[in-house]
Amino acid sequence: MGEPQAKLEAADARHVVHRIEVGMKRAMIDPVGDGVKARIADDLGIRVDEVRVIDVYTIHADLTAAELDLVRRELFTDPIIQDSCIDAALAADYDYLIEVGFRPGVTDNVGKSSVEGAADTLGRALGPTEAIFKSTQYAIAGHVNAKQCARIARDLLANDLIQRWVVRSKTEMTESGRDGLLGLPIVTERSSSEVQAIRLDIPSDALVSLSRDRMLALDLGEMLAIQTYYRKPDVRERRASDGLPLDPTDIELEILAQTWSEHCKHKIFNAEIEYTDESGTTRLIDGLFKNYVKATTDEVAKRVDWLVSVFHDNAGIIKFDEHWNFALKAETHNSPSALDPYGGAITGIVGVNRDVLGAGMGCRCIFNTDVFCFASPFYEGAIPPRLMHPRRVLRGVHQGVKDGGNQSGIPDLNGAIVFHDRFLGKPLVFCGTGGLIPATIAGKPSHEKAARPGDYIVMCGGRIGKDGIHGATFSSEELHEGSPATAVQIGDAITQKKMADFLLEARDLGLFSNITDNGAGGLSSSIGEMAKGPGGAVIHLDRAPLKYPGLAPWEIFLSEAQERMTLAVAPENLNALTALAKRREVEATVLGEFTDSGLLECRYDGALIAALDMDFLHDGVPKMRLKATWYPPTPQPEVIVKDSDLITDLKGVLGALNVCSKENFVRMYDHEVLGQSVLKQFQGVDHDGPGNAGVIRPAPGSKRGIAVSCGIAPKYSDLDTYWMMACVIDEAVRNLIAVGARLGSIAGLDNFCWPDPVESEKTPDGAYKLGQLVRCCEALYDFCTAYDIPLISGKDSMKNDYRIGDTKISIPPTVLFTAAAIIDDVSKVISMDVKQPGDLVYVIGDTKNEMGGSEYLALRGQLGVNVPKVDAKKARALYEGLSQSIGRGLVASCHDCSDGGLGVALAESAFAGGFGMDIDLRAIPAESDVIALFSESQSRFVVTVPVSKADAFVSEMNGIAVTLLGKVSPLEVFRITGRDGVREEASLSELKEAWQRTLRW
Amino acid sequence: MSKQVRTLVLTGFGINCDNETADAFERAGASADRVHLNDIIADPRCLQEYNILAVPGGFSFGDDIASGKILANRLRYRLGGPLSSFVSDGKPLIGICNGFQVLAKMGMLPMVNGTFQQDITLTHNDSGRFENRWVHLTTVPGTKCIWTKGLERLELPVRHGEGKFIPANADVMETMRDGGMLALRYCLHDGEAARGDYPANPNGSIDDIAGICDPTGLVFGLMPHPEGYTERTQHPRWTREKLPEEGLGLRIFRNAVEYCEGMRR
Repeated sequence: MGEPQAKLEAADARHVVHRIEVGMKRAMIDPVGDGVKARIADDLGIRVDEVRVIDVYTIHADLTAAELDLVRRELFTDPIIQDSCIDAALAADYDYLIEVGFRPGVTDNVGKSSVEGAADTLGRALGPTEAIFKSTQYAIAGHVNAKQCARIARDLLANDLIQRWVVRSKTEMTESGRDGLLGLPIVTERSSSEVQAIRLDIPSDALVSLSRDRMLALDLGEMLAIQTYYRKPDVRERRASDGLPLDPTDIELEILAQTWSEHCKHKIFNAEIEYTDESGTTRLIDGLFKNYVKATTDEVAKRVDWLVSVFHDNAGIIKFDEHWNFALKAETHNSPSALDPYGGAITGIVGVNRDVLGAGMGCRCIFNTDVFCFASPFYEGAIPPRLMHPRRVLRGVHQGVKDGGNQSGIPDLNGAIVFHDRFLGKPLVFCGTGGLIPATIAGKPSHEKAARPGDYIVMCGGRIGKDGIHGATFSSEELHEGSPATAVQIGDAITQKKMADFLLEARDLGLFSNITDNGAGGLSSSIGEMAKGPGGAVIHLDRAPLKYPGLAPWEIFLSEAQERMTLAVAPENLNALTALAKRREVEATVLGEFTDSGLLECRYDGALIAALDMDFLHDGVPKMRLKATWYPPTPQPEVIVKDSDLITDLKGVLGALNVCSKENFVRMYDHEVLGQSVLKQFQGVDHDGPGNAGVIRPAPGSKRGIAVSCGIAPKYSDLDTYWMMACVIDEAVRNLIAVGARLGSIAGLDNFCWPDPVESEKTPDGAYKLGQLVRCCEALYDFCTAYDIPLISGKDSMKNDYRIGDTKISIPPTVLFTAAAIIDDVSKVISMDVKQPGDLVYVIGDTKNEMGGSEYLALRGQLGVNVPKVDAKKARALYEGLSQSIGRGLVASCHDCSDGGLGVALAESAFAGGFGMDIDLRAIPAESDVIALFSESQSRFVVTVPVSKADAFVSEMNGIAVTLLGKVSPLEVFRITGRDGVREEASLSELKEAWQRTLRW
Repeated sequence: MSKQVRTLVLTGFGINCDNETADAFERAGASADRVHLNDIIADPRCLQEYNILAVPGGFSFGDDIASGKILANRLRYRLGGPLSSFVSDGKPLIGICNGFQVLAKMGMLPMVNGTFQQDITLTHNDSGRFENRWVHLTTVPGTKCIWTKGLERLELPVRHGEGKFIPANADVMETMRDGGMLALRYCLHDGEAARGDYPANPNGSIDDIAGICDPTGLVFGLMPHPEGYTERTQHPRWTREKLPEEGLGLRIFRNAVEYCEGMRR
């Protein structure tokens, strides 16, 4: 069985241990238990009669019997619906009991809150070594055996990386009582606080082994650069006089490894690339970032006047109006989500919230976005070692983002769930956040910030543990056998919410001069970055507050324990800052100060243990030199046969994973908190039609709004990443135009997720994958400059591969393009649902034979040939005409054509509005009805227009590819007439059912 | 402006609807201060300066243990006296969503016996999940609630995972019914009783109860979010229906402000 039962070690227990068990009264239904029962059936195919959930609070504190009963009664039990007991078994009428609890050191949010609740109830705080731990019992009744229960525990209820579990039969429980249930999860393992010197005067192959064994993720060139640094006479001299060993200390090597990691340094995007294109021409590209990403923004900056701060802060910042600025950022959290979907995802969402909280002088988070990529939840093949079934990954990731967003009080505004077989190897979890900040704070521009020499380094928020050590270097590698469990963390939204409230209060009082978050690389990264301004820092690592004793100094500096921000605080503000922190119950600790010494220095118990030149730390990493090549893929035969009637095909495509409704997932996100919602994700008469872009009105008293959309299409990558990128940008833009946004007011974020594009023994096709990246970047530049979209921030994640044994799975190259537009007047935006019978139905844009990568062909197991292409010049004219028409109030509804093509857009518009359509496909000059309905040609919309406004609309569109297809019908019937003149029809409810059924969980 | 009605909007520890709740009171003609719980605990007398108190929605303490439970205990043990005085001074108090859960679990609502005793609860939705959706509501005829005066039907968003209303027993329910303490019910779109049908009744609440008040009608708790519908563009069908510029949710806040203004005259 999975887990050796953790007996309580006498040495760990310094206090008396009691268990309080709480469960629903027998007569009450148990919705949480019912949910677990349903998942056991759905996900594992095991039928049980009943599941009852029991919350277990293990109290490790010296409480009197009266106190214990007081907290049981007044804190842990809801007297109306629950029963509870102390040191006895509450479960009854069951066959097996599964108990799940956290491993030592894993964030236990309920346990932490329980300690606070106990303090109020008892009227006294618990002692520093006293604690409360939460675990959960599932009492299962039915014809199951121990083996099935172990499977339920392992594959559904618990994740071995972070949790412990135990299965007991009724008989075992009766015979041995609670002995053998989970013991105290107390961290007993201790690292030595001793700092070691690491010999670097070793041969090259030993340097490579050293990098691998210590999980440094540095290549030979980088190890040699470090070796060279330590050989420099001036460095040796300084180290000798400072009493440091001539070899690097462990902490110095760790600082360098994490600062130089792919995750932090974006080495591939800055590499010098020798690129050979399909014509055989070779040219040198000195940095993709510089030549494509930054070049885009530099070019567009000549034409837009609202950029405030791009690329150098935690998030991009643009102007919202005269009084406010708007910040936007998206991040990925793929590798951690592969190991622990829930923890990885919640950490992802609260992590990107901190990026925005740390942008400028600190922005208030006003919305989240979330885009996930998974393999099919209906996957039936074998699951390779260390991977989880996609269904489990989906559920966990969704739950994590849901809890993180809801508990933080940040509304979910936009998102998508995308499916492709190769995401089995690594799921992609994109989390984005927008923020608002006054343009000036205390008379100063709020986007300017700088630490000065002499400012204190203050860490605030959560405490440091071993969680998240090596996160930055871990995500810079493929997922392999030895991927560390410590890289997994669980976010604590409430600790962060308390900290965020405090920081915004402190910001408005002008109590700090710089702020940044602790994300990848922890303090090492945040302080290292912030010290660039003043030119140095001294940090006393022994002063850092720890979750539990026994961390080595380098672990303290690199830990990625969550919910922490680093501030620079001028000496005259320190008292006010710490006093406010105390009133808000937020821990704020002075760890050192900024200097102008040119060195990043760490001390422990007074002794100097690290001193690195700032210049070397930040600029010493050697530039990568890489080869890239691209050639078109060999076309696979594309067979477009009309094998059934159009309505049947349409229902099939509506139900495809990439098309079908995700409403059940979105409903579980709070998407209206903060009260600024204008266009929600689901629209129409029954609030269930899929919106194009989310729109909010974030500043009370102002009519201005922000529209947010996204584009993502990994399905086109195998055909051509250039057109994949073009389609992705076009999709994001279309979604904004469809609600009423204008070109020239749109800002973009590019988030690249790529399989390893560095050619090596384990990646023999690296040059091709890098060639795909080059082509993708070319399109990024071409289409963003064509649409006047500056890239204000972005991120890349370059090692999205799985490799264990002979199995290697590389994700399809994927880019998430997040786009945001400022809307002048939210009362003019429109929704996607048809509004009234009689309105005319148009398709705008050309429908071409572009079935490559389409959902229609995917359902027939084909990739196809003709990838959709974008004609930016033509699209631009079309978008300008449509924005104008919507602004003049000529358009009743507008919906973009994307996955699934025109047929899907028509059907969705109709059933969302509750009215049918009469559509004649003969108006579309396509080769066949199948192409007309299912080709995924870009830059197209379905628009409905009242008859009285039709002339004005057509003239406003200047005749650009406007095709009248038919009209909105008063009946709840969707009719299409094909080329053969035959009319086919379906009821709206039939179509809606086809669209909703697939993922109605 | 010194005569203006003053509202204290509680904040801190995971409360997260404080900004829009304060905004709603301001639109309704009051002034509103967001005050951190610890600042009130440090100086409970500050409550006396206010005419209305609001416990907004959110996820206080992460809803760990049970929704609203830890904040309920903190209010009861650290501020029970001052809060009792606030209400006995005849001042309105509202708990929205998490705020309602807090008031229920600390025994501030329904307060059938005049002491802090928990007589009702709000627990996991029958669906077992957190859901954000708009619901139709109807006010209960004869309710004493001053907050719902003049309202008969309205739509508001619900956003909760633990909103199922359950009374301790039939006696409590009867006392509440007879005492005009039932204030709001979930209903079908045509105003007919939901009779527990999902999703019209989004959580399985007994008797479709969405909001209740204390015997005085001054203390009001409800699961739906009135501050989520103070203007037209927040409504999910504003792009297809003719709706007034001002959202009906604002009426609830204005009722309390007008009540306070009436008291002063």
